[in-house]
Amino acid sequence: MFVLWAVATLTFFAVRLIPGDPAEAILGGPGSQASAEALAAVRAEYGLDQPLLVQYFAQLGRLATGDLGRSYALKLDVGPLVLGQLGGTLVLAVLSLALAWIIALALATWSTRGGRVAARVGSGLEIVAASLPHFWLATALIVLFSIWLGVLPPISTPGLAGLVLPVLTLAVPLAGFLGQVIREPLLTALESPFVLSALARGESARGVRWIHAIRHASIPAISLSGWAFGSLISGAVVVETVFARPGLGRTLLNAVTVRDVPVVIGVVMLVAVAYILMTLLTDLATRVADPRVRAR
Amino acid sequence: MSARPIPPAPDSGPALRVRNLSVGFGRFGAEPVVSGVSFEVAAGECLAIVGESGSGKSVTARTLLGLAGAGARVDADELSIAGQSVLGLSEAAWRRRRGRDVGLVLQDALASLDPLRPVGREIADSLRLHTGLGPADRSRRVLELLDSVGLPDGELRSRQRSGALSGGQRQRALIASAIALDPPLLIADEPTTALDVTVQAQILELLERVKRGGTALILISHDLAVVSRIADRVAVMSNGRIVETGPTREVLGRPRHAETRAMVAAVPAGKPRGTRLAAAVPATAAVPATATPATATAAPTAASARTEPRPPSVPAGTPGPGVGPAVVLEATGLTKGFRMPDGTRLLAVDDVSFRLERGTTLGIVGESGSGKTTTARLVLALATPDHGEVRVLGRAWSAVSEQARRPLRTSVGAIYQDALGSFDPRLSVRDILHHAVAPDSRHPPGSGLLAPGSRPARARAAEAGTRARVAELLDRVRLSPALLARRPLELSGGQRQRVGIARALASRPQVLVCDEPVSALDVGVQAQVLDLLDELQRDLGLSLLFISHDLGVVRHVSDRVAVMSEGRIVEQGAQVFTAPEHPYTRRLLSAVPSLP
Repeated sequence: MFVLWAVATLTFFAVRLIPGDPAEAILGGPGSQASAEALAAVRAEYGLDQPLLVQYFAQLGRLATGDLGRSYALKLDVGPLVLGQLGGTLVLAVLSLALAWIIALALATWSTRGGRVAARVGSGLEIVAASLPHFWLATALIVLFSIWLGVLPPISTPGLAGLVLPVLTLAVPLAGFLGQVIREPLLTALESPFVLSALARGESARGVRWIHAIRHASIPAISLSGWAFGSLISGAVVVETVFARPGLGRTLLNAVTVRDVPVVIGVVMLVAVAYILMTLLTDLATRVADPRVRAR
Repeated sequence: MSARPIPPAPDSGPALRVRNLSVGFGRFGAEPVVSGVSFEVAAGECLAIVGESGSGKSVTARTLLGLAGAGARVDADELSIAGQSVLGLSEAAWRRRRGRDVGLVLQDALASLDPLRPVGREIADSLRLHTGLGPADRSRRVLELLDSVGLPDGELRSRQRSGALSGGQRQRALIASAIALDPPLLIADEPTTALDVTVQAQILELLERVKRGGTALILISHDLAVVSRIADRVAVMSNGRIVETGPTREVLGRPRHAETRAMVAAVPAGKPRGTRLAAAVPATAAVPATATPATATAAPTAASARTEPRPPSVPAGTPGPGVGPAVVLEATGLTKGFRMPDGTRLLAVDDVSFRLERGTTLGIVGESGSGKTTTARLVLALATPDHGEVRVLGRAWSAVSEQARRPLRTSVGAIYQDALGSFDPRLSVRDILHHAVAPDSRHPPGSGLLAPGSRPARARAAEAGTRARVAELLDRVRLSPALLARRPLELSGGQRQRVGIARALASRPQVLVCDEPVSALDVGVQAQVLDLLDELQRDLGLSLLFISHDLGVVRHVSDRVAVMSEGRIVEQGAQVFTAPEHPYTRRLLSAVPSLP
């Protein structure tokens, strides 16, 4: 609850810091050349002539009752509008997170199983992947797969094919990051006495890896996945824009551009809720992976 | 330990035969880690392989499981387990043998059992890998195994993780996982090293029972006393070779090889106070002019020195740390409790009182969890007692503020078990000692923050003094000045502890609190460090509070001993070891393995 309040407050004041007149935005933006009377009428209607603090508490009161208000620009209720966009972004984020885990585990496993060269190549790939910016990667992927190879659509069409490039764009940098977090504990676990004990019992190298080592190595990365999910949503702003894909990210960007305060707050609140739920989930997952946490 | 799957025929020869084994790592032509090693172990026999760390004993053990490591070159005339050659086996073939033909028990089951999995699952893994038993049969067998290794309550235990078990229970569970398939050969690599003496005695008993059941046992250890309890024969390894082998009694009683003799001599248990343990002075040593006559005369009177506190041997009239009150450290009614996760209070230290007299050593001995280390923290004023008081040099210590304590801090030094962890790994030995000698100097030489010419003359003189003092300290602990530029990670364990001692001596303390100072060291290095402490005490009139779990070590170094159990001192005095009164002390003493 505290987090939600903090998020609402920060967003409310941050949006006010954007230069420009919200009343003008309601009437169609700076280009609309609205008359002074029209502006005044709009200000009165939306309560924009009140002092800032009064506006703030009025907004907070509405949020508390679950009323997200009406969009200035689209003249629609924010609640259904934002919820309608949630699905697309959620699919994108969850698929990216899953793919990032698969790539990270595969890379870490391959590079710790091979010799010194594999380890170097693996950690090198991870660093490069982790430092790729989304907008660059998105453009590069479009050039490669859509323009040169022509196998995948450059804009996100409905269906699986349209999802591939956006998911890849989000997953690759995250995979690099997760891989870096997994590799070190994986190496430590593989050299630990309990692995030697398991080998001495006749366990195979693969068995040791999957029964013992990867579980140990995953614990820090699982805890980080909650954070990673948040970064995926912010990444979605870029990806949805580049691939012209409907979703929360693009809605947010558009709303910020036209100073559509209720929509901005609505999106941010929804993301905050999703983030809290995801953190809860990762905490539960950590408990499953590391039962020692429960005992503490 | 029910019916063996494949009973070995009595005439099938030894359970293990190794002839001319060598193991090397790295490039061809590099010095092998193990070379020319030959031995045999028969069913129901225990062979101990002893040696210092780095002697190649663990590599030998792992080679017997085909686990010498990636890039290891294994070469032998013969290597056969239960009559079958295992030379050049494929990984898959090795896998079928591991656990079935050879079992391995490692030291410290906390790390040797997967801390994330219930121990029952770990034990059941051996059965899953080698038998066709279903899950229900496996759990039934796990319960039988737990029972056979002395862990009743198998239902509960098998569902617990290693972190929830005590050290002894863990080790039993680990042994259960190694003997799940009743392998004809069991290798135990330092199986009791991390354990308290009473628990160690129980685990040795269990291994002995396994051996009597017809299993050939290889016991790898650095501890001769442990070995002498159950080994039938001993092989001494040094630099990758077996230098001496024979029946236990013979090898330890009449060691022929110099290496064995040094190892036997280095065992402190039963050696009177003041006897040198290390066979030879280390190569870097400069013989101290003052110490030699004292050493020579100390030995004959050692027996009497044990029964009464030895008078300070600082020459009369010497100024410096030798003057002051006779009792340098006094604890009265110390009590310290901690709140447990379940809300109850645990009294870690309960009404502990002792006095440390000038120039003597008070040993505090106890098993893990007895409150030794909390006592050390209270004495060092790193923790505040709930009740009671510590006085240093007759002045208030624990009862005053840290600010008031500060001037007295220089009188109390401390050395710890984990010397490496007590250093900043990025500082060189020179920096470490410089900071200790002149804590206020911001820029140790070599940090390059000030050009030498720009400093005022007084600062330069002070620095020369600091440098001289560092050199003196280094000489005191018998370290070569060549080590000044090294960082802690580049030192050996013994060298690190010497640097730790030098640092503790920098402020010219009168009391030195030693918390398990030699527990992490090989017996040979341990002997050198103990000799050094003894010598420092004699030369500087130091008073030592010596805390250890090792009764042999405490007995060797202490004038008076306090035995701790569950936060209390159950018995203290000069004759704790010779005439123990408290039943706990007697139990502790009877559990200590000693040389035949």
